[in-house]
Amino acid sequence: MNEDVLAVTRPLKSGGWLHYLANPARFMRVAVPTLPWLAGVALLLCVVGIVWGYAIAPADWEQGDAARIMYVHVPAAWVAMAGYAALAVCSLLSIIWRHPLADIAAEEIGPVGAGFTAVCLVSGSLWGRPMWGAYWVWDARLTSVLILFFLYLGHVALIRAFDNKAHGYRAAAILALAGAVNLPIIVFSVQWWNTLHQGNTFSISGGSKIYITMLYPLLISTLGFYLAFIAMVVARVCAAICERKTASALLAAAER
Amino acid sequence: MRTPKKRRLYLVLACGLCFSAAVALSLAAFSSSLTYFLSPRQVVAKPPAPGQSFRLGGVVEAGSVATTLAGETPTTHFVVTDGRAAVNVTFTGVLPDLFREGQAVVAIGSMGPRGSFVADEVLAKHGAAYMPKDVEQSLKEAGKWDPKFGPPPDANSWNTMQVKAGS
Repeated sequence: MNEDVLAVTRPLKSGGWLHYLANPARFMRVAVPTLPWLAGVALLLCVVGIVWGYAIAPADWEQGDAARIMYVHVPAAWVAMAGYAALAVCSLLSIIWRHPLADIAAEEIGPVGAGFTAVCLVSGSLWGRPMWGAYWVWDARLTSVLILFFLYLGHVALIRAFDNKAHGYRAAAILALAGAVNLPIIVFSVQWWNTLHQGNTFSISGGSKIYITMLYPLLISTLGFYLAFIAMVVARVCAAICERKTASALLAAAER
Repeated sequence: MRTPKKRRLYLVLACGLCFSAAVALSLAAFSSSLTYFLSPRQVVAKPPAPGQSFRLGGVVEAGSVATTLAGETPTTHFVVTDGRAAVNVTFTGVLPDLFREGQAVVAIGSMGPRGSFVADEVLAKHGAAYMPKDVEQSLKEAGKWDPKFGPPPDANSWNTMQVKAGS
């Protein structure tokens, strides 16, 4: 990608804010100084949330100490889904508005999201063995999250599979948008079908089925996981922009 | 005005709509095989042929559990119910730790000769409510909830409830 594309300076009348955010140079000016703070706060919240959940919060009445794995499992699951939603939004921006930063963001969200999904699957499996009596069952919730993991992996592979990067961005964006139908399926799987996985603890209408001393550490670690995801993606996007700038500078030097 | 952006937007919206409709229709069509287990009501209404393997899910009826020991291996008889119908279950082997009266379980096996379900494996399906032991105790003492008879009452009544220290 050359310098003209990287520096969109004149915002157009419609969607001016999109173009403001689209400028990678401006993005770097905001992101680079923010990143250490973001990463620091994320790490702090993750540590506080998990230590609180594992050492201070009370054990569950039914599951005892095994329920403490939720302080990792639940935030990882939420971030995995939110990450995929972010990937779908980036793909939309890429396909319709040809937003240059959205392509880079989509490329960098993939591996991070796949990582969080893997954490969710592994921690859930370790939770399932002592409580359900099985590491894995093919119920609708578990299967749809496994599909989410494969969608992430497919996106990671597809976006890097073309010699012409723009082709990879288009193809991967279509995959990401098509895969977005899986998100409501994950969320509602426990209501639409009988599953071994329990129903939703949190609901918009009605109270949350979790006692307040267990809710606080869960919320803190959730916030920590979200910020960690954002920090990882922003760091990767900054690195990718630097790589592109270096590559184009080297190309320009070679052509001279 | 039809800018390329608008054209692409409509194209994406149209494709998204068609694709979502296709997925929704196929999910609706395959709904019965996406379900992990059959409820006692479904089993009673349309009993699967004896020997045909399926999963039965429901709550262990209070007062229905009876265990007999034959040597080292226990055999447990219990009733799985969904409130409207009930199925007798026999299982030989060690049950999961969470197994108790009022616990939701999924039993994998097939119908035996006398209309009772013979399980090869029993999985415990735990609830979605998380609370400390003392909250559960005080709900029990107040007569608001007995885990033997199903899930806890409305979450707003207990998720911030004060518990006496040391109770």
